[in-house]
Parts: sequence; structure tokens; C-alpha cells
Amino acid sequence: MSINGETVPFSGPRPDSVYYFGTCLVDLFYPEAGMAGIDLLKAQGLRVVFPQGQSCCGQPAYNSGYREEALKVARAQLDFFPGDWPIVVPSGSCAGMMKKHWPDLFKGEPDEARAKQVASRVWELTQFLVQVLNVKFEDHGEPVRVTWHASCHAQREMGVVEEPKALLRQLANVELVELQREKECCGFGGTFAVRHPEISAAMVGDKVADIENTGAKTVVSGDCGCLMNISGALEGGKKPVRGVHIAQFLKERTHG
Amino acid sequence: MGETSVNFAKASTTALQDPQLRANFRRAMDGLMSKRAVQFADSREWNAVRALGASVRLRALSKLPELLEKLEANCTRNGIRVHWASTTDEANAIVLSIMQRVNAKLVVKGKSMVSEEMHLNAFLEQHGIESLESDLGEYIVQLDEAMPSHIIMPAIHMNTKQIAHLFKQKIKDAEYTEDVAQLTDLARRILRKKFAAADVGISGVNMAVAETGTLCLVENEGNGRMSTTVPPVHIAVMGLEKVVEKLEDVPPVISLLTRSATAQPITTYVNMISSPRKDGEKDGPREIHLVILDNGRSAIYADEELRNTLRCIRCGACMNHCPVYTKVGGHAYEAPYPGPIGSILVPQMEGLGKRGELPHACTMCNACVEICPVKIPIVEIMGRLRAEAVHPGDAVKGAGARASKAEAMVWKGWSMTYASPLAYRFATGLLAKLGNAAPTSLPLLKEWTNVRAKPRFARRTLHDLAREKGIPDV
Repeated sequence: MSINGETVPFSGPRPDSVYYFGTCLVDLFYPEAGMAGIDLLKAQGLRVVFPQGQSCCGQPAYNSGYREEALKVARAQLDFFPGDWPIVVPSGSCAGMMKKHWPDLFKGEPDEARAKQVASRVWELTQFLVQVLNVKFEDHGEPVRVTWHASCHAQREMGVVEEPKALLRQLANVELVELQREKECCGFGGTFAVRHPEISAAMVGDKVADIENTGAKTVVSGDCGCLMNISGALEGGKKPVRGVHIAQFLKERTHG
Repeated sequence: MGETSVNFAKASTTALQDPQLRANFRRAMDGLMSKRAVQFADSREWNAVRALGASVRLRALSKLPELLEKLEANCTRNGIRVHWASTTDEANAIVLSIMQRVNAKLVVKGKSMVSEEMHLNAFLEQHGIESLESDLGEYIVQLDEAMPSHIIMPAIHMNTKQIAHLFKQKIKDAEYTEDVAQLTDLARRILRKKFAAADVGISGVNMAVAETGTLCLVENEGNGRMSTTVPPVHIAVMGLEKVVEKLEDVPPVISLLTRSATAQPITTYVNMISSPRKDGEKDGPREIHLVILDNGRSAIYADEELRNTLRCIRCGACMNHCPVYTKVGGHAYEAPYPGPIGSILVPQMEGLGKRGELPHACTMCNACVEICPVKIPIVEIMGRLRAEAVHPGDAVKGAGARASKAEAMVWKGWSMTYASPLAYRFATGLLAKLGNAAPTSLPLLKEWTNVRAKPRFARRTLHDLAREKGIPDV
């Protein structure tokens, strides 16, 4: 949790069950990363519930100016998280939409209180692993150099900055080389990438150059929007660098 | 749509094709960001000062009508003549009438973004009055017959070499030199003569203090002081939101402004202007006029959320930190105010029909929100304007101007599918099976694959995998 940019440690009892909100991008493009997140939580002894009725947080429509449509989709999610358990999301952007924007989206609606209650239980995956579970990973992988791309919404909406890097640093054989402009947007921005393709291409071009400068052959990220953009540009530019979601990377290193 | 829409996409694409421009911005913005970070390295101090700055601006806005009346009364008592202009045309006419009364032929100007909003230089030239920019950056841009590309550093798009060529080409008898001191000296020598000869000085206003009737102006070159004290008449132009309540509100705002803008604890010159020359005094202008401009601001003020746009103290930090602005530069916005603040302010001033694309010139990364010294929820307002642009309404000029039945249908279809578990399962199942067969010539996919590999749909969704692995449902 972050209050005014200061991280406040989680102080409640350790939950025994969690809900998992997979997100629509993970569902269609990165299901193995989604499963890796579930497996990481299960490995910590948690019961993970994946409500099959879930779809999307509503962000695509919300950011495009179609708030009614976003509300309709967001509202449909509320039924699937009935208990009081935390809701873990393998994406800072979708978690930010739920935690930060749902209260605004539902303002004045009959189910405002319920939406706020659901929003208050949302955690980004690495934030949950570090702050609530205080995980300690043992690395079983070969020595490798990686770099980390920070998602804008994880950093600036969820206050998640150090957690994913702390997890990567737990891995004895992983050398983390930080980007020169770690905090700079990769140029995805949802519909921005197709609405302003040239600017988006210039932005992801700068990001790719920054990644290449680290000498790492693996770039790890916590958001599939960024990952689709960055991996797509790496692949499109025939760069020998692999993009991977942090959940999948952690699973590979610790259970592989 | 009626009005012609300004084409940000086209202008930004042109800018991206200029490697020199991109290099100039990248270098300059990287430097500004790291210098600012040093100023606010202590996060507790930063949180405290910006909370104070935001509260000063919020308090001022909460009583804006009352403070403006107070400002007028106190300025008038001090001998500053106050004029109200609801449009830029009115503001220009007021300035011109003052000029004509004193038979002015030459004007020197300190830096003022409101005067850019008014296109004041072009207007005065049309009326046979020479209007010379005296801020070095503005002087360069004026010589180049260009627009400022940044609200604080108007010539930031140019490097020394480009300026050296410009001076050689445009200034009579100038020798070519890339020595910054020599270039500055040349400009100074020209400007000094003009200061002495000018009939009128024009300036902007960083803040106007209601309780004392004081105009506050910060600058680094002394040109602001010269423009406001040497010519016999001083005309200050300001947007109506620039008022603060008390004198004690000035220091925290100045500190936030200068540290955010140029990473200076304070500027070289801080001018507090409270009256024209009094009897027995040896210097100062004989007349001071304050032109207070609305130009759409009171309409912005009327909406509680959009009102936050008016908190802005024009430090330009949002531009320096904007990944879009740093790529395309200020000219691509074709507006006096570029970058994030311009992308929310300009569409509200000029209407969403003409400027509705600007709120989309943003990845919603929130870098601007993180560093805004008065905590303007820029990205939230960006989202609100995106919504206003496609839904008819009366909160924003041009609301609904970009409504598209086709786009609305796509989102309606999307929401129906994504709000129904059955429909969602069917649609995602279909995409998993057939999505990869989509040709890259399709709209959206075509833009995406311009520099990227085609995204690959997984054969089985996470829903499928979770079911197969026996992950419990609710």
C-alpha cells in the first residue's frame, strides 16, 4: 500500500485464500504468465480461486472516453469476488484501474459501496508477494543478466516500484541491470499505440535502445501491455532479447 | 465537425522525421529532469511543499471571483489601471488603444504566454507597431519567425549551432560564432538600445496578489525588469486564474515554480510591481495597465473537475517529463501551450472539434501527474475530455464534436461481450482459434505491426488453463 508515495507495510493477518483476476490481455496473449502467477501463490500455501466469470477491468473503454461501457464491464466483475479475500492481479495497470479508477467510475451508482469494497482488496502480484506474503525465493536457474521495465501504472497508480526488483534481487544467479530511463513509458498506452503509431514507435524505439545498452538478453516486466509492445518491437527489430512476464520468470527460476 | 481540426498526428510525424530536433529535445529534457530531481530529492519535503502549493492555488480558485474583485480594487488604489478582456481580440484591442493614445511605435516585451495566446506580436505589427521580444529564447524564436516550443524555454528545440547560423543570417553585420557568451552579448547589445528607445513595455504576470494589488514576475535575464521599468508605459497581461489571495502565498508558489521549471531555488530577478512611478521618484513607468484575460477560462472554471486545469503555475515540468512531448517537441501541438498541460488546456479553450485529438496525445503514463508541483490531475482531465469529445454535452466547448457512430458501436459491442461471461467465453475461444489468421493489413493491426511483430493469440486462454488445472471457480 502506498500513501503519499510512502510505502506502508501490510499489517493484517496472512490470508489463506485469494482471488485471482487474470486480466483480458493475459487471458488471450499470455495465459502461461497468468498460470505462473497462480502457481507462485499456490506454492506459498494459498488457496487460489479463479472466478471463471471474470473478463476485464474496463480500462480500454474508460481510457477511450466510453465510461458507460467501461462501467457495464466493471460492474459485471463485482459478482465474482464475493468473499473478503484479497484480489491479486498480475498487472499493475489493471490493478490500478480497479483500485484507483473504479471508485470514480462507480461514483453515484447504486453499487458504489460494493465497487469500493472490491477495489480496496486489489493487489498487484509482486506487491502482494512482497508486502503480504514476504516471500523468499531460492534460485534454481543458470547465471543470467536481466533488466526490468517498470510499468507506468504499477509505479504511479499502485505505488509498486521496488517490490519486483526486490524479488529479482532475491535470485542468486540473476544479475539485474537497471535501465537508464527505467521510469519512462514504453509507448504502449492502450489505443495510443495504434492511434499515434509513429510516436509510439519512437517511444518503444528509445526503450529498446535502453534495453540493449544493458547487455541483458532478457527484459522482465509486470504488465502484459508493455510486454506486448516491447517484445513486439524487439522481435520486429530482430533483436536477440526476450521479453517475459515477471510471474513466468520467477516460476521458471524457482520451480524449474 | 464544422471547424477544421488541427492535425496533431501529421505535425508530430513530421517532427519525428527530424533527427536533429529529436536529439535536441532528448538531451535538453534529460538534463532538465535530472536537475529537477536534485531539487526535490527529499520526498517528504517535496510532498509537503507541493501540498502547500496545491492548497494555495485551490484556495485562490475557490474564491476566484472575490479575489479578482479585490485585485482590481487594490491595483486601482495603487494606480495600476485594470482592464477586463473576455476574448483575445478584446485584449488586443485594449493593448492597441493604450498604444495609440501614447503614440507608441516600439514595444519591448518580457516573456508572456498569454501574449502568445493573443498572437500579440502579429497583431501589433499589423498596426504598424514594432514589437520586440526581449527574453533571449523568445528573441531567437522571433528572429526565426517561429513559435515557442516550450513555455519556459521557447528556443529549446534549437542547438547552439542552429542559433549561430540564425544570428549570422538575420542580424546585420553579425559574425558567425558558436560561442554562447558572444551570441548572448550580441543579442544584449541590440536589446539594450531597444529598451532605451521603447515607448511601451509589455510583460506577463506569474502571480497577482489580491490583498496588496501586486504583480509578481520572475525571470533570469533582467529583461523583465527592463521591460517593466524603463519604458514610460508598462502593460501587463495575465490569465484570470493567476491571482493568489495573500502576499504570504507568493514564496511557496515561486519556490515550486522555479525549482520545477529550471531547478533554481529562486530566479535571478523577482519583480514585485505595485505601482507606477510616484511623485518625486526618479524611475519606473508613468503608467501601468493590467489586462486580465478570460479566453474560455471562466467556462473551464464552471466545471468542478475541469477547474483544476486552472491551478497551473506554468512551470513546464509536465512537458519536460512527458514521453510524448520529448519525442515530438512543442511545435507539433500547434498551440501556445504544448505538452500535457496544453493537451488539457487548449482543447477546453479552443473546443474539442478543433483540438479534440490533443487529449489523445498521451499514453496516460502519469509522469506529469507525479511531478506537477500543484497536483493537477492532468491524466484524469485528459480522460474526461476524451469522454466529452465523443458525447454531446454542455460542459466543454465542442463536446460531442468527435462522436462517431461506428466507434460507439464498437465499444457497445465490446461492453456487451465483456459483460457477459458466456459471450466473453465464446469470443475469446474464437480469437484463440482464428485470431492469428488475421492479416496484418487489417486496420489497427497494420499500425501495430509497423515496427512490431504481430501479437500471437494463445491457443488456450487462461480461463481454459485454470479449468484444466483444477483451479477452483467461485
